[in-house]
Amino acid sequence: MVKITYIEFDGTRHDVDVEPGLSVMEGAVKNLIPGIDADCGGACACATCHVYVDPDWRKKTGAPSEMEVSMLDFAEDLQETSRLSCQIEVDDSLDGLIVRLPESQG
Amino acid sequence: MTGEESQSGAQETYVVIGAGHAAGQAAVSLRSKGFTGRLRLIGEESYAPYQRPPLSKAFLSGDLGLERLYFKPPDYYAKNNIDLKLNTTVTRLDCAAKTVTLKGGREIAYDKALLTTGSRVRKIPLPGADLPGVFYLRTIADVEGIRALCRKGAKIVIVGGGYIGLEVAASSKKLGLEVTVLEAESRVMARAVGKPVSDFFEKLHAEEGVTIRTGQAVTALEGAGKLERVICGDGTTLDADLAVIGVGIVPNQEIAQEAGLAVDNGIVVDAACRTADPCVFAAGDCTNHPNNIFGRRLRLESVHNALEQAKTAAAAMRGAAPEYNQVPWFWSDQYNVKLQIAGLSQGYDEIVLRGDPAQRKFAAFYLKDGMLIATDAINAVPEYMTSRKLIAAHARIAPERLADLSVPMKEMA
Repeated sequence: MVKITYIEFDGTRHDVDVEPGLSVMEGAVKNLIPGIDADCGGACACATCHVYVDPDWRKKTGAPSEMEVSMLDFAEDLQETSRLSCQIEVDDSLDGLIVRLPESQG
Repeated sequence: MTGEESQSGAQETYVVIGAGHAAGQAAVSLRSKGFTGRLRLIGEESYAPYQRPPLSKAFLSGDLGLERLYFKPPDYYAKNNIDLKLNTTVTRLDCAAKTVTLKGGREIAYDKALLTTGSRVRKIPLPGADLPGVFYLRTIADVEGIRALCRKGAKIVIVGGGYIGLEVAASSKKLGLEVTVLEAESRVMARAVGKPVSDFFEKLHAEEGVTIRTGQAVTALEGAGKLERVICGDGTTLDADLAVIGVGIVPNQEIAQEAGLAVDNGIVVDAACRTADPCVFAAGDCTNHPNNIFGRRLRLESVHNALEQAKTAAAAMRGAAPEYNQVPWFWSDQYNVKLQIAGLSQGYDEIVLRGDPAQRKFAAFYLKDGMLIATDAINAVPEYMTSRKLIAAHARIAPERLADLSVPMKEMA
């Protein structure tokens, strides 16, 4: 299991275990973490699973694809560390990952 | 009962008829809105609420396991005091007595009921349709049956060239089958998209090695003890190891109708998902609801609608007066192509293309009296996302401007 910390906009912190192979979005949904909507279930079709990856983890989580970049353009309050969490696959190299949630998913 | 208890509905029982997308979302929304009363979901299938879109895509191709289909983990319901009753059919809704009757006769009382009965597949009366090896596709059970016959080199005949048919074609091609799609209309996805987009998808599938035969009805399915052949309308015969039929869905409105609620191409509700009975609500595929962007009533077959109506119904059940009016949107994944659709194109009088279909990256804008009513975007995310706003705003944009790639979509209004 991979440890991921999700920090809500108001600072509430959730430390959870996520199975490798799931997306960071699925980790949030399975652990009932509020603030990620995932309307399209992870099909990269809605931009409501938006997260900010902690700067220390940017390199390990990698860069978004062209399609993800296009979708992110329409996310609320886009920042440099923005990612669509349905596109980040969880594996052991992400053990300890920290992501922050935006104020709203639009 | 204290003021707090009545506020939180602690003494009330809400019954949700159905356990699909809309039911799953409604349960989440009701609990998160502070409803502490009894919450009962009654579903016909054997599974807790799960996502249907992956069934014809990654679940069929084996890239996504069952555990990842669930809307919420199966233990969510008990943890949140939600009574999830599976493998159970509701046979009757009695609005006067405020009860729901289950197959077998048991009655369950409710203070408020939410109908999320969804859709069922439209079945065509074909000789041989109940031969082993012939499938419709709507449930996990269907796909497990289909997948069991999907060996490399097997011949699959797909009846229907809509979303389901084409997604199954792409998924089964990925699994190494020989794939033929039979579409009765003159082009694929005729109900949902315009000709340029149909043309694109026919070409895409041909390039990927799938045979699509349009203008082809099916007259019979034949075989000794299992499917062996498909007989087409023009008399030709196709060998087949399995067939998947995908020719549309119909709303499950019978319980509502028999209960005396208004039905008309779906269970009639208002913008807050209320029926004429103040204690009965409906959400999702099964509803006929008003949409003020399109100025008419709609029955939508979409996940987005199921989720949004479920949220709306939950708010209405808790005493709010929400109004659901959004631009419908849909998507389909076939091979490496993402089709994203915003709006409803029925009734268009002009199509404007932006980009180059040959690049597998373009959009078709549908205009009616100069106003944008829908967009089909193929690997063209900005076109799709911007269109959702433009359509809501009843935007009128000159066709030349829409087609002009030097004008970014963000500046399109």
